[in-house]
Amino acid sequence: MNLILLAIIALGAIGLIAALLLYFASRKFAVHEDERIGEVSAVLPQANCGGCGFPGCSGFAGACVKSADEKGSIEGLLCPVGGQAVMEQVAGILGMTAEASAPKVAVVRCNGTCENRPRLVDFDGAQSCKVQQMTGMGETGCAYGCLGCGDCVTACQFGAIRINPETLLPEVDEEKCTACGACAKACPRQIIEIRLKGSKNRRMVVLCNNKDKGAIANKCCTVSCIGCGKCVKVCEKFEAITLTNNLAYIDAEKCKLCRKCEEACPKSAIHAFNMPPRKPKAEISEVPVAPSKTE
Amino acid sequence: MKTFKIGGVHPEENKLSAGCPIREAGLPKQAVFSMFQHIGAPANPVVKKGDVVKVGTLLGEANGFVSAPVYSSVSGKVSKVDVALDASGLRRMAVTVDVEGDEWDENIDRSAELVRLEERPELDAKAIVEKIKAAGIVGMGGATFPTHVKLCPPPGKVAECVIVNAVECEPYLTADHSLMLAHPEEILVGLRLVMKAVGVNKAYIGIECNKPDAISLMTEKAKQYPEIEVVPLQMKYPQGGEKQLIDAIIGRQVPAPPALPIDTGAIVQNVGTCYAIYEAVMKNKPLIERVITVTGKSLSQPSNLLARLGTPFSQLIDECGGLPEDTGKIIGGGPMMGKALLSLDVPMTKGSSGLLIMNRSEAKRAEMEPCIRCAKCVGVCAMGLEPYLLAKVSGQRDWDAAEQNDITSCIECGSCQFTCPSHRPLLDYIRLGKSTVMGIIRSRATKK
Repeated sequence: MNLILLAIIALGAIGLIAALLLYFASRKFAVHEDERIGEVSAVLPQANCGGCGFPGCSGFAGACVKSADEKGSIEGLLCPVGGQAVMEQVAGILGMTAEASAPKVAVVRCNGTCENRPRLVDFDGAQSCKVQQMTGMGETGCAYGCLGCGDCVTACQFGAIRINPETLLPEVDEEKCTACGACAKACPRQIIEIRLKGSKNRRMVVLCNNKDKGAIANKCCTVSCIGCGKCVKVCEKFEAITLTNNLAYIDAEKCKLCRKCEEACPKSAIHAFNMPPRKPKAEISEVPVAPSKTE
Repeated sequence: MKTFKIGGVHPEENKLSAGCPIREAGLPKQAVFSMFQHIGAPANPVVKKGDVVKVGTLLGEANGFVSAPVYSSVSGKVSKVDVALDASGLRRMAVTVDVEGDEWDENIDRSAELVRLEERPELDAKAIVEKIKAAGIVGMGGATFPTHVKLCPPPGKVAECVIVNAVECEPYLTADHSLMLAHPEEILVGLRLVMKAVGVNKAYIGIECNKPDAISLMTEKAKQYPEIEVVPLQMKYPQGGEKQLIDAIIGRQVPAPPALPIDTGAIVQNVGTCYAIYEAVMKNKPLIERVITVTGKSLSQPSNLLARLGTPFSQLIDECGGLPEDTGKIIGGGPMMGKALLSLDVPMTKGSSGLLIMNRSEAKRAEMEPCIRCAKCVGVCAMGLEPYLLAKVSGQRDWDAAEQNDITSCIECGSCQFTCPSHRPLLDYIRLGKSTVMGIIRSRATKK
């Protein structure tokens, strides 16, 4: 009996001492995490996609709190997945104001479909764009166009991009795309651009990434940019289009969506997204009509 | 018989053109000289459109120490200095020459007469290296590393012996074999020039035992030079790898990168390089032509052609009976390490040791299946690596793990992929991982 009592007392005493030790240790070595980090983290989408440039959502939350404390603002920080709405919530928690951010979307700048850009050889190696890129130019004569193995599809966590089996090009689902930029990073040819979505999702994009000289670019694809500069000329007023390395680029912030460049492009490389269909200019009737001067 | 210790495979030999004497290929109508014919900095074009060139005229000068000049192999007029598709599958800077006649630079000695080392006592080590450098000689086995760099060991490292790589372990290829049968004396003089250049008095010529005629001929001719020993080697791929050959012949292992083969005291030169060195030093002939094996099971006349650099591959195929109808893949180099070509219009370069035409059934890759963890790839890896693991971590983009598992030691011989019963594209991913990790290591070094 004595023995049992002794054991209980001894164990109880050890337990008490250990509990006290642990209690003081937990007080002494406690890591004080800013409560706001948890709060901010809770409103984030928890996609952990890394689109913000930080390691996961909690990393981004920490960066927001740090920036609010040190700089007094959360300028320059954006959760592309949550967008404006989430940033306003974050700003509310931290007592800041969210800067206005325009929504963005991933755009595949290549229109080299099977018809536009015939396959000259077959690539039968590992189905990865990065591997194919190492073997040279790829299946077509274009050293800049889409390789079609779908590295971007694997990279997308939101199921927003898929390879169209008819064109063999990736297609972005604008509803699902969060502009996190994972696809753009995965593309070994930097074809995917994270671009301003534009008002009413309307935007003008040069759907080509070919930096070769016109003669070479012209040969490998029917809708390649040949760097002729006609679009730059028609856009003189707004100066939205620049030509570098034989490739035209439309600045989404300057573009006024006038669609003149689309008409001017001799290779139909400029594409209008989500624009209403053009009004037919003149009905082509079977009876020849004398051209009117007003047109 | 000697061989290397770790791993190795034995692919079917298929040396269809063995025993075919070297045949001279015709002059091309147009020759394209890539400025990227070697490892290192590309050559700088020094001619412009409209310039008239002769055989042996400098087209591109070396750009730095690890670089090599490019000479014209034809006479005619420069028609273009612009990017052109080459065997790498990329459009890169090249000089195009429209061929007119066949006029040679007057300094080149075109006689077939053998010049021995004893006849030119004025040649010292420095002069030999200078001549090799000026002639634009690079490793002719396919790696195309500028030869003069190998002959100038970094300070503190001493060469003890020269090893001639006459292994030719790649299936199908017979260019080195035919060269040994045709020019054994010249090769030996070339080897003695290398020995003099690096100041050693011991040399080995490693030949695989599937070339008994070459072994007996070289042994007989080498009797006059007691310091040169012909070493017959057991047949095993990748014995032609520099590190494997050193292991096979002198039994020393090259440590992991950044160590170099010279750390074992050996300097390895390809047999084709020795011949080119002989021609450059003794005959003043820059590197303008080489022996290339054009072969394939469906090709009507597999041959060893002596062709001018810059000749389009399409012409070489025409000289061997034309492109067979059932062609599935055309490979520049051998079947194990060669690279499939995008077009037949690309020109041959200093490193073109072979042109292999595979028929459709040969060329088809078998369907990939899941890894069954049989570890065959680990068993055959000549570098003692774990290919299945390297391929996996490269696919997962785990570059840290790839680096920790010595991906940079991979010699890309392809034995793992050759042996994989699940037909997994191991080497594709390992190459991706290797080049990425090398890039990371380089950027780390520049940051420091």
